[in-house]
Formats: sequence, structure tokens, C-alpha cells
Amino acid sequence: MSRPAISLDACGLAAAYGAGQGSAEANVREALTRIDALEPSLGAFATLERERALELAAGLDRDRAAGVPMGPLAGVPMALKANMCWKGVEAHCGSRVLAGYKPPYTATFVQRLLDAGAIPVGMTHMDEFAMGSSGENSAYGVPRNPWDTRRTPGGSSSGSAASVASGMVTIALGSDTGGSVRQPAAFCGIAGFKPTYGRVSRYGLVAFGSSLDQVSPFARSVRDIERVMQVISGVDHADSTSAQLPALEPEFSESGVRGLRIGIPREYFPAALNGDVRARLEEAKRKWVELGATLVDVELPHTEHAIPTYYVVATAEASSNLARYDGIRYGPRVEGDGSLQSMFAATRAAGFGPEVKRRILLGTYVLSSGYYDAWYNRALRVRRLLRQDFDLAFQKVDLIIGPTAPTPAFLLGEKASDPVAMYLSDVMTAPVSLAGIPALSIPCGFVEEAGVQLPIGMQVIGPALADARVLHAGRVFEAATEHHLRRPPEGQPKAAGTNPGVRA
Amino acid sequence: MSTTNSEIGYVSPKTQVRWIPVIGLEVHCQLKTWTKLFCGCRNEFGATPNSRTCPVCTAQPGALPVLNREALELALRTALALGASVAPTSKFDRKNYFYCDLPKGYQISQFDQPYCTGGGITLESGKRVRLTRIHLEEDAGKAIHDRGDTTLVDLNRAGVPLIESVSEADMQTSQEAFEYLTALKEILQYVGASDCDMEKGSLRCDVNISVRPEGEPWRTKVELKNLNSFRNVQASIEFEIRRQVEAYESGDPAQFPVQETRLFDAEKGVTRSMRRKEDAHDYRYFPEPDLPPITVSAERLDRLRSALPELPTARRARYQKDFGLSAYDAGVLTADRALSEFFETVARLSKLPKEASNWISNELLRNLNDPLLPIRSIDELPFRPHDMSLLLGMLDKGEISGQAGRKVLRAMFETGKSPKDLVASLGLEQVNDSAALDDWCREALVGKDKIIADVRAGKTKAVGALVGPVMKASKGSANPQVVQEILLRLIAEMPS
Amino acid sequence: MSDSKPAPSPANAGAPDVLHIARLARLAIDPRQELELREQFTRILEAFKTLSTLNVDGVEPMTRPTDFTDVMRDDREHSSLGLDETLANAPARIETFFSVPKTIGGEQ
Ligand SMILES: [Mg+2]
Ligand SMILES: [Zn+2]
Repeated sequence: MSRPAISLDACGLAAAYGAGQGSAEANVREALTRIDALEPSLGAFATLERERALELAAGLDRDRAAGVPMGPLAGVPMALKANMCWKGVEAHCGSRVLAGYKPPYTATFVQRLLDAGAIPVGMTHMDEFAMGSSGENSAYGVPRNPWDTRRTPGGSSSGSAASVASGMVTIALGSDTGGSVRQPAAFCGIAGFKPTYGRVSRYGLVAFGSSLDQVSPFARSVRDIERVMQVISGVDHADSTSAQLPALEPEFSESGVRGLRIGIPREYFPAALNGDVRARLEEAKRKWVELGATLVDVELPHTEHAIPTYYVVATAEASSNLARYDGIRYGPRVEGDGSLQSMFAATRAAGFGPEVKRRILLGTYVLSSGYYDAWYNRALRVRRLLRQDFDLAFQKVDLIIGPTAPTPAFLLGEKASDPVAMYLSDVMTAPVSLAGIPALSIPCGFVEEAGVQLPIGMQVIGPALADARVLHAGRVFEAATEHHLRRPPEGQPKAAGTNPGVRA
Repeated sequence: MSTTNSEIGYVSPKTQVRWIPVIGLEVHCQLKTWTKLFCGCRNEFGATPNSRTCPVCTAQPGALPVLNREALELALRTALALGASVAPTSKFDRKNYFYCDLPKGYQISQFDQPYCTGGGITLESGKRVRLTRIHLEEDAGKAIHDRGDTTLVDLNRAGVPLIESVSEADMQTSQEAFEYLTALKEILQYVGASDCDMEKGSLRCDVNISVRPEGEPWRTKVELKNLNSFRNVQASIEFEIRRQVEAYESGDPAQFPVQETRLFDAEKGVTRSMRRKEDAHDYRYFPEPDLPPITVSAERLDRLRSALPELPTARRARYQKDFGLSAYDAGVLTADRALSEFFETVARLSKLPKEASNWISNELLRNLNDPLLPIRSIDELPFRPHDMSLLLGMLDKGEISGQAGRKVLRAMFETGKSPKDLVASLGLEQVNDSAALDDWCREALVGKDKIIADVRAGKTKAVGALVGPVMKASKGSANPQVVQEILLRLIAEMPS
Repeated sequence: MSDSKPAPSPANAGAPDVLHIARLARLAIDPRQELELREQFTRILEAFKTLSTLNVDGVEPMTRPTDFTDVMRDDREHSSLGLDETLANAPARIETFFSVPKTIGGEQ
């Protein structure tokens, strides 16, 4: 075969490989070559697992030669986020507190990918413990947006998004707690899908907000997202919150989205919305109508409360989830004044970055004696109201669309110093996470800013467990548009100033 | 319960004032499951440190808990046996604090919706000690402080299932606390929930205690910890009552008891302050997002209830009524469920309940407690109730003597063989009617003219002096009753 | 039960005691950080105050987005980690124990 693997999506690549074309080893080498070429300007990877990947590839090639049936992702190079457990591979979660940590076990979803023949080539950079929207809260390195290396690829799954958008790998996994896959997908012009909560096992995903976290795939086509979901979804008995359902089955419909009612929530189109984002969404709406869908105005009246609710719930859970980083069983230890408790405080003070500390403290505060009812318990009630908004809307419509993020990718450093401004960039994605429902971000157009093209993302939101419906609609939209086929410019200079590899 | 009863309370030797102790107990009890509460590691005492661990119970990042069905089952059985009500829906919560034996930085426990509330235990006196609640939670690991200059952490115990039962402060004496604990332990063992072995830490007890002058409201309560035997529970309560009364009677408010945790020093028999309430924790309980709620249907409870074993109190009453046993014997036999079941089977098979009671509570227990024998519990017996009933039958029919019976039982412990075989192989058959018996008796009469004369003169009891030598000659296999009859017959047959 | 949930209190009851919270969270912070954090906290909580304007009477708290109940496993052993794997990442160990600074029993 002569076509480079990068020109194919995962479905195409696995089909070609299964049909005896090319080799897994060649696919992996091609990916590694691209990574070596692009890493200096993008800085997506925290660790590269060249040898493991080549070994996996060689094993696959041997199996194929021996006539062993090939899995649905056979020979597909991919990336994992640095908060995912793959036995023996460093998963530092972007944090000093887990420097050098090699998990002694493999996550269920990672095992399912391996069983399907996918080949992880490395772990990608991320905001520390997935807390951030720009990748800047990492102790190790800040990835760049392939469309403009002065800009963020989004966060917290920054490196995974950049690695797929730039074609270093075909697919990647991220984790989405309040938008950490959808927003980077939007910023990087690729597809990113947050499944219904529980659709993918969390066993082996390092926890941030347990009731919000979902393993979520990135790809350059929606059918690849479907393929990955077929592999990683389905009940897992190691995760009590995983939905007691079999793996996702893709939906097919001859009539496309004809007759589908698509809700337009006015809360997602506020007056302050970026003009370019609004313009691209208006075009997208016309496209849906062209495709036969009906647009219906819906209301999600509690949307304005989503950000505080999200931050209270997520930080409360995080404050508890991150208590295990105490310098006893893993991670570097810092001795304090000789006592156990001062060792805890010193280890944690040295190990966590400022944003993680801020969130641990916020979460500790909202759970603490005297504040629990006013903050945490109240947030849980508002969370139900937010879910009820969606339940009511979905009585009228089949899907809801809106922008994924209120702006295109912003400049690195632009919001880093202002936590509140950074928190507000989750305004369109956090409500969906709180409700636990599925949402897909796909590109719906581009804007030009200072001479560069920046992608705009559209969110397609569905009711709980309607993952297949969301993906089907996304596939139909994609088939009728060409935004997803655009690729970022190559050979961009290294961003001036800092080297993205290591951050001080 | 009466608090004005003049029997109750502690009379200060100094002032003669009657103080009423107010005592509640919190009992942590490990459930006897095969694996831990939230992971598939063995729930096993005494294994190599940290060899019974996995990603879940060592809190590896990304690992998640899954509830052990059997742990819930045992917890529910306990609740029903204690007459408590089981919540139709309950949930788990996280209790957050930092310590080296708590790998996740939180303990998965139950806070405001425990699986069980109410219930209680009735003491011998008829007094009822109420339970506030029972909840299900995971144990912490073990921190070892007495080995060198660091603290060592073993996580084998981390995640072992516990039920914590919290009583109302209904007890007023150390004796009541002891009785409550004994009854609670019996029930836990009866329903198969726990071994309740305090030495292995599978039962642990904390005491909440305050004192107040008769008729006055409750005062500051103190928590006592580090009580590793029922005796220590009693001793610490007795010490603490005296300490608190003396503190109040000193009249110096600076010495009055404060809300604190005190550790019991078993060697010195005193309690010592460990931590004051002001630096107590803010545990920041919140619902455990990793575990869905538990529901228990009424039907399931009915099924569980009907499958419960008869409980010790009911069983004791039945033994007294049906078998005519004394309260004491019934108590001995029911103290352990396995022993009690062994007894009942033997009684049923042999149709000799009183003899079964005597032999089991005396001879069988004597052998069980004998340090020279390796058998420590009923479950380890090398013979079956059927064998024991055969032994009782032989004794009842006079086929062997009591002395021979004891030898046979000992041999059963040692060899596990059936009593019939042992009687034969040890030559212990009781000889009732044989030429040998006649011969031994004739021999015994030789030269015993004085005794013969006495018997003839009507003092038949004098023949008793000859029974011993005959028994000796028969190596204990003769039936002494029969020997006596033969001797009397031979004397009567003698020419005068 | 010795622990009880706090009574409701207004969300805007002054700046939070950052030092106390940091102690609860076992995070050593210096005075400069304390000042900065207090300022950020005040701003964040101010921005989040809209939460307290909502009427949530009679609304059930939503702890998780799924309705599943009674997810359990059978009481069957599955292989534990090997001792080497369990201890591999530990910064300090003695024999097969994790080792930590000396602490008296029960100190928390
Ligand atoms: Mg407890
Ligand atoms: Zn375990």
C-alpha cells in the first residue's frame, strides 16, 4: 500500500490493515516520524512509548500473518492522556505529586483498546489532574494549538487534541469532566465526544470529579468516534457507576436527520457571544434545516448557575479524590518537621500546582463544617434543576445544538492569571457534564484572526443514553460539510519564547 | 428503665453522693467474608504485610470500589437478629481525614443514611439496651509504631468489611456493658457475621461515658479507646467512673471532665488523655459518588428473617423447657453456636438430653480446653455427633463404665475413631454376666470371713469393700452394680 | 455519632479562613499565599453567589447522574497485586511495609 496512514481515518486504517495491506509496524513508525517532526512546535506528548508501541505492532503483524482475526482498531496508532493507567507507563497527570508514577495495573478502557488492536504510542500532556481549560496548568509542558502555536489547543486534554488535529496519531483519548474534551476538540477543529455518564468505565482513569468524569475520544471523523466507542463502552464490573448496558451500537438511518427536531437554547446564544462563533453557528443551523431537521426554540433556564454548581461539585469531589496523594504509596515525598502530618502538608504543598491547590481548598471549604449546606448541598440541588432543564427540553426535541465554547482558541497566557475568566470558558459544556448526558463537538466552520484560520466547534447534545443518536446526527452533518477535512498548516515555526517541552 | 432505683449508680466513698454513670458503646466488628468490602483481596488475618492488596485497597489513582454482596448479606442478618429496622434505601459516604493507615484519605462509611437503625439487646435483668444504628464501612490498614524509628504501614486490613454498631447511652455499670458486649458477640457469631476475636482485632469496642448526680441532666462525655478485651472495657469504665466523680467532687472546674478521647492503659489500669475535642476533625462527610445506593426490599428481609438461626436467648429458654436443663447448663451449651448445635444433634440422636448436656459441658469441653490436644473448637472435632451419641448409648446401657467412657472420649479426640471400635480395641467392654465375673468375685471372697459374717448378719453394705478389688481385677470393665449382686448371691450360696 | 452536619449558614458570611481550610486539606501555605488565596477565594465565591439566590426547597440533591442501584460483586477472590508491584512506587519501605515518619498511635 502506498497511501500514508495519516490520510486514512481509524476505520479506513483498520479495514486496510485487516485486509492485509501495510503493516502495524509501518503505521507506528509513520506516526513516530510525524511526532518527531511536529513535537518541537506542538509539545503534545508527556511520554513516548516507542518500544512498547513497536512491540505491540510487531505482535499484531505476527498475529495477522498467523491468521488471527484482527480487531476493529487493529494497527491504529493512538494517544492516551497522562491520567490513564497503562501498566508500567508513567501517568503523572501533569502533576509533580505523581512524578515517576507507573501504575501497577491497566485501565479497563485501555485494555479494551489494546484488545481491539489499537496501538498507544504515548501519553499526552494535560492540565494538572485535568483542572484547566488551556493546558497551562501542567507541571511538565504546555501543548500548542496546531492551527496557531501561539494559542492554546484547549484543555485539559490539550495534548490529545493537538496530537489528533496535527495528524501525529489517528485517534486519542481524553477525559471530559466539564468540557475537557469538547472544548479542545472545538479549538483544534476535530471531533470530540463526551458519552453519557457511565457509558465508559472509569476504572483506571485517575479521578478528578467522580460524578462528572468520562473517558472521551478525539478523532478526525465521527465514524471513528463511533468505532472507538464500540470498543471502550459497555458495562465494566470494576466500576460500580458504569451503565449496565452492552457496548454502543451505531445508529443508521436512510433518512439522515430528516424530521429530527433540534432544540436551540437561547441561553447558549447570549448577546455577549463572540460574533464569529455566532455567525458559524447560524450557518450550521441553516445546514441542519437544509438536511431536513426542524429547529425549535428551547429554554435551559438554569444555565447561568451551571458554572458555580460545576465548580462546587467538581472541587468537592476533587478535594477528596486528591487526598490520596500523601507521599506514602507513590510519588515523591517531602519530609516536613519530622511528623507524619507535616510530611503530608509538605509533600502536598510541593507536589500540587497553584490551580490544583486552589480547587482542593475550594472543595474542602464547600464541604467543611458550617458551609456544607450553603454550598455543597445547595449545588447538588441546583444540579438537579439543571438536569430537569434538559429533561423538559428533550420532551420537545430530539437533540440540542449550541456552540462548544464561547470563543475560538485563545492565546496562551491570555487567561492564565484570572481563574474566574478561565472558569467561564466552560459555560457551554459544564451543564451537560452536570446532567450526565452525551454531547459531541464537531467543527462547524472557521474564523480568520490575525491571518490564521481558527476552527469553531458546535456541540450536539442528546438525552441520557442517546449516544448513538448524537453520533448519527454528527455523522450526517459531517457528510454534508467539509470543515472536518481541513488540516492545520504544517511547518509552523516553533513558537517564539518558551519551549513547549518543559515549563518552569 | 429506672434511674431512681437505689440499687443503681456509684456512691462516692467521700461524699456518699449517688452518681449515675451514663454509658454507651460503639462496637466495630469485622465481617467474616472471604474477600474485602470493595475489592477481591482476601480478608485474612496474619498474612505477609501488604501481600493482600490490590489497586483498590492501596488507593492507586484511578481504582474504584465495588461492594461485596456477602458483606451486605451478613450485615443485614445481624440487623435482623438484633431486631433492628433495615432502611429500604441506604447509601455510602466518604469520611475524610488524613492518616498513614487510610490510603485514600477517606474512609468509605455510612453517614446520614445507615443501612440499619434501632433494635437492641435485652440484658439478664430484663433491661433493654437500645441500638441507635448500625452502619457498614471499611476498615483501615494497620500502623505499627513499636518497630524501630519509623512507623510501618500494612494495608492487608485496609478495606476489610466492618459493621459499626452504636448503642444508646442506656448502660449504667461496667457489668451491663460486659453483658451487652457478650450478648452482641453471641449474636454476631450465631448469625455467622463475625468471629468476634478481640485478639485478632475482629471485634473492637469504644466506650462513651459520663456521670451525673441522680436526677440531674447529662454531663460532658468522654470517649475511651484502646480496649482490647471485655475485661479492659469493664476495668476502664470502673476507673473512669471513679475518675470523673472525683474530678467533679474536687469542686475545681479546671479539673472537671472535658470532652476528649482517652486511652486505656491496661497495665496500670488507668485512662489517659489522647486528644481534646477542640482539635477534633471536620470529617467533611459527603455522598460517595463511586457507589450507587443500596436498596433492600421487604420480601428480601422476610426471606432473610426466616432463614435466621434460633438466637441464644430463645435457645436457652428452650433447653430449659424441653430438656429440663438448668439455666447454667443451658448457658454453657448456647454460648457458642457450634457447640449448641453439636449438643442438639447428640441429644436428638441419643434421646438422652441430660446426659448429653453433662458429657458435653463437662468432658467434651475439658478435652477442648486441654492444651495437650490440638483441637480448639467444635468445628475441628475429628468425630461426629453420631459418635458422641453412640458413646452415651453405651454408657446408658451399662455397656461401659463412666471411667471407661472418659477414656473412650479422650481416644476419640486423639484418633477420631468410633467409640464402638475404641471400646473393643481398648478392651473396655463392661463385663456384666460371665464366668470371669463369678471367678473374680469368688477370689475376692477368699479369706474375707469377717465381711461374709457381717453380710450374713444383715449388714449387706459391708460387701461394698469387695467391689473395688473385683473392679480392679476386671480392669474397670465390670459393672459395679452387677458385681455387688454377684457377691451377695455367692455369699448366700455359701454353706454356713 | 459524634459528628454532625453543620447548620445552614449564609454563603456570604465573610472571607473564608484560608489557613484553617489549608490545615484540613493538609496543604502547607505561607503567609503570601494565604493572602493571595484569600483574595482569590473572595472573588470566586462572590462570582458564585448567584447560587444562593435560587429557591431549592423540596429539590432532591443529585449526587450522581445515574439511577442504578445495588451494583455489587460476588464474594470471590481475584488476584491481588504482587508485593513488588504494590511497593514499587513507594518512596520509602522497610521489608514489605510502607514506611512513614514516626507517629504515635491514633494521631490523626
Ligand atoms: Mg467507624
Ligand atoms: Zn484489594
